Amino acid sequence: MPAPIRLRELIRTIRTARTQAEEREMIQKECAAIRSSFREEDNTYRCRNVAKLLYMHMLGYPAHFGQLECLKLIASQKFTDKRIGYLGAMLLLDERQDVHLLMTNCIKNDLNHSTQYVQGLALCTLGCMGSSEMCRDLAGEVEKLLKTSNSYLRKKAALCAVHVIRKVPELMEMFLPATKNLLSEKNHGVLHTSVVLLTEMCERSPDMLSHFRKVWLLVPQLVRILKNLIMSGYSPEHDVSGISDPFLQVRILRLLRILGRSDDDSSEAMNDILAQVATNTETSKNVGNAILYETVLTIMDIKSESGLRVLAINILGRFLLNNDKNIRYVALTSLLKTVQTDHNAVQRHRSTIVDCLKDLDVSIKRRAMELSFALVNGNNIRGMMKELLYFLDSCDPEFKADCASGVFLAAEKYAPSKRWHIDTIMRVLTTAGSYVRDDSVPNLIQLITNSVEMHAYTVQRLYKALLDDISQQPLVQVSSWCIGEYGDLLVSGQCEEEEPIQVTEDEVLDVLEGLLLSNLSTPVTRGYSLLGEILNRIKKVVSVYGSSIDVELQQRAVEYNALFKKYDHMRPALLERMPIMEKTASNGPTEIVQTNGETEPSVPDTKHPPLVTQPANQANDLLDLLGGNDVVPVIQTTLPTKPASAGGELLDLLGDLSLSGGPAPAPVPSVPVSQPPFLLDGLSSQPLFTDIAAVIPPMTAYNKNGLKIEFTFERANPNPNIAVITIHATNTTEADMTEFVFQAAVPKTFQLQLLSPSSNIVPALNQGSITQIIRVLNPQKQQLRMRVKLTYTHKGLPVQDLAEVNNFPPQSWQ
Amino acid sequence: MMRFLLLFSRQGKLRLQKWFITVTEREKKKMIRDMTLMVLARPPRSCNFLHWRDLKIVYKRYASLYFCCGLEEHDNELLTLEILHRYVELLDKYFGNVCELDIIFNFEKAYFILDEFLMGGEILETSKTAVGTAMEEAATLQETMEEYMSKPTF
Repeated sequence: MPAPIRLRELIRTIRTARTQAEEREMIQKECAAIRSSFREEDNTYRCRNVAKLLYMHMLGYPAHFGQLECLKLIASQKFTDKRIGYLGAMLLLDERQDVHLLMTNCIKNDLNHSTQYVQGLALCTLGCMGSSEMCRDLAGEVEKLLKTSNSYLRKKAALCAVHVIRKVPELMEMFLPATKNLLSEKNHGVLHTSVVLLTEMCERSPDMLSHFRKVWLLVPQLVRILKNLIMSGYSPEHDVSGISDPFLQVRILRLLRILGRSDDDSSEAMNDILAQVATNTETSKNVGNAILYETVLTIMDIKSESGLRVLAINILGRFLLNNDKNIRYVALTSLLKTVQTDHNAVQRHRSTIVDCLKDLDVSIKRRAMELSFALVNGNNIRGMMKELLYFLDSCDPEFKADCASGVFLAAEKYAPSKRWHIDTIMRVLTTAGSYVRDDSVPNLIQLITNSVEMHAYTVQRLYKALLDDISQQPLVQVSSWCIGEYGDLLVSGQCEEEEPIQVTEDEVLDVLEGLLLSNLSTPVTRGYSLLGEILNRIKKVVSVYGSSIDVELQQRAVEYNALFKKYDHMRPALLERMPIMEKTASNGPTEIVQTNGETEPSVPDTKHPPLVTQPANQANDLLDLLGGNDVVPVIQTTLPTKPASAGGELLDLLGDLSLSGGPAPAPVPSVPVSQPPFLLDGLSSQPLFTDIAAVIPPMTAYNKNGLKIEFTFERANPNPNIAVITIHATNTTEADMTEFVFQAAVPKTFQLQLLSPSSNIVPALNQGSITQIIRVLNPQKQQLRMRVKLTYTHKGLPVQDLAEVNNFPPQSWQ
Repeated sequence: MMRFLLLFSRQGKLRLQKWFITVTEREKKKMIRDMTLMVLARPPRSCNFLHWRDLKIVYKRYASLYFCCGLEEHDNELLTLEILHRYVELLDKYFGNVCELDIIFNFEKAYFILDEFLMGGEILETSKTAVGTAMEEAATLQETMEEYMSKPTF
């Protein structure tokens, strides 16, 4: 059999391959040759074959069949074999393969070899990939070598010991005696590895740590070594750009950090040397800055005196202005760590940090963004937010989500005014809306409901934004919801803070229908849109969704359809405003605020005790009459509820898009009546559909000029003194009656509450009706009488009429 | 400690891989792919530091080779740049004006040099000359044994 080709030959050949396929073919051929060579147990060329295998492994091809061969090489007497064998073991074997344990004996023998380079190979392999079992078996040998006077072996043994301790922490103790004298060595290799070993021990064992501090007096020793390094003259073998052994210096500084942490005496002992290093280190090259960086980290972590801390932060401040990007990055990272503890000192560098937002480098921008958010407080919120919003506008998409969340969090915590808060949110939604996290939509909605006085302003701005752009989903969702809820404010044009815009219901509907039709709207957004439509157009639009693919939409559409058809008289009550939502846990990129829904509601004066109900499921919710609420949107009951998810489950009651009519009613005690079993506080739960309507017959209250008004009755449970009358206005003429307003007055002994009508157009030819709910409180049980005033426009002419209604059925007031 | 050290070319071909942690072969391949993609995508005058999972990634380009390593939280990134530079200097001293081809054709020597410089993710020797001396002496050992055996080297 001809000699297998040499390694370099193979490499050359493989590199000539022009395609992946060609390369694969060559490799396969060679692997086959190697495999047969292995089978022949050829000692001479084993080394060569394994070397070739390692090359092919690096190219990404499987080489597991060479594992045992590596073991054979390790066992060989030839140094070349051992070298390749151990290399192969480190590349192909690891502790998950059982094969590796076979190495243990070889390594043990080699640890006691007469040649230090063989011992070195064994130590290196054990120290890189030794498993816990191997470490346990061989720890004794390593410990022996730690005590040798051969510095070449000593330094390797030290790092091997570090690995052993990492794998088997219990073995730490046994290395303690041998470690004691390590620091008295002159050899830098040994010094360095000893410091690493001591560091590892200190990090793992607080006992060791205090032992080193108190008994060994490690700190003065280290200080002395460091001082010698700095003061020593030029040493060619350790010099890096004029600094003597920066690697050792940094390692010592790191160990000092651990020793000085939460220990006054140790910190005191190292103050001088730290100050010396901080002031005297040459900063023109990276190596000097590396040492300064480590020094700063140490100063910030130990119990240093304030002068030293200020020095450290100033060094970081200087770093921020350095031309070298790496140094700026490192400064930002360090400042992020110290901003919690030394907030004021870091604040001094705020403007530089904010400038870093404009840096071209992506890593720096990210750090600057995180640090900027950490620096935001009540004083600088306006200025910082301006910068951050500008950043949000111009930054890469990878930042937008985090930045948006950060902005929301900061705004929540420090907003100087509600209007500012809402403006900020609007800005985020319009500029980075598509990147905003899903959970922020419900959070925003909750925020908006809470800022009651801003409802009109909010809905107006959202509507305007919607007119401009419907491509950003979260914006569309929030806008649709708000229009649904506060549409009456929008249409009535009331707004103190801005120019009121004249918006008709139709225009709003156009926008919403546009949303529904737009391809850009996700089903979720469409769900939100569905909330906001008014009756006449709803039936058309909603019935389309009755057969929608999305289950959520379909369910809602069907529910609404049912609502309109069968339970129309309940609709006005159902379509009332949403109560103010409780705040629950808000999550952001850097903080989690744990509130768990137990926070105090931020509700304006409430005269009634809060009613506590658990969230109902969706089916029950539709039936959930939150009776007795005022037309005025200040809700006087608060309910802790789950936040509406993006699916918009629970509490999505329709808000009415109608003009608020009728006098401001007196507050009526509110009684929630609902099906779910979890009502608290002794509030009775009663079924809704006791056939009250069937008990009291409906009546015609008015019938003139084609306008017919019918009254249907219910009792408000459980208060029998309240009669709930629903008026139905229909029109038999061929022209619509527009701007229809129904007003009613009752004798003094009664109290009247008129809720919002469903619309103000009575369609011609009985195509639809207006419904409106009247609640009459009749504590003295007198005969019910009512005077009604009707105004509307018919065929372009205004019509007004007064009438008395006296024919109430006795059951309605007895 | 350093978790891994990778050398790859501008075309993404791996030239050296040193792992100081135990990971599956599949995981290694994934990490190599991620590193390669991330580092090669960086614009020319960027900062040399990245964040990936819970590691700090430090990379430096020398001619046609990228040196990329993964560090833990406590490691000093600026010093790691010096470590990478020192390794390149050692290679340069050994090969004399080292270039990528030297590392391709003598990858095992690159590993040997690395093993004299780093171990278990930590620096083993800080002296510039000590590593070179060890390599020379070990080579002598190799030759001596080969001569004795009068067999060719691989």
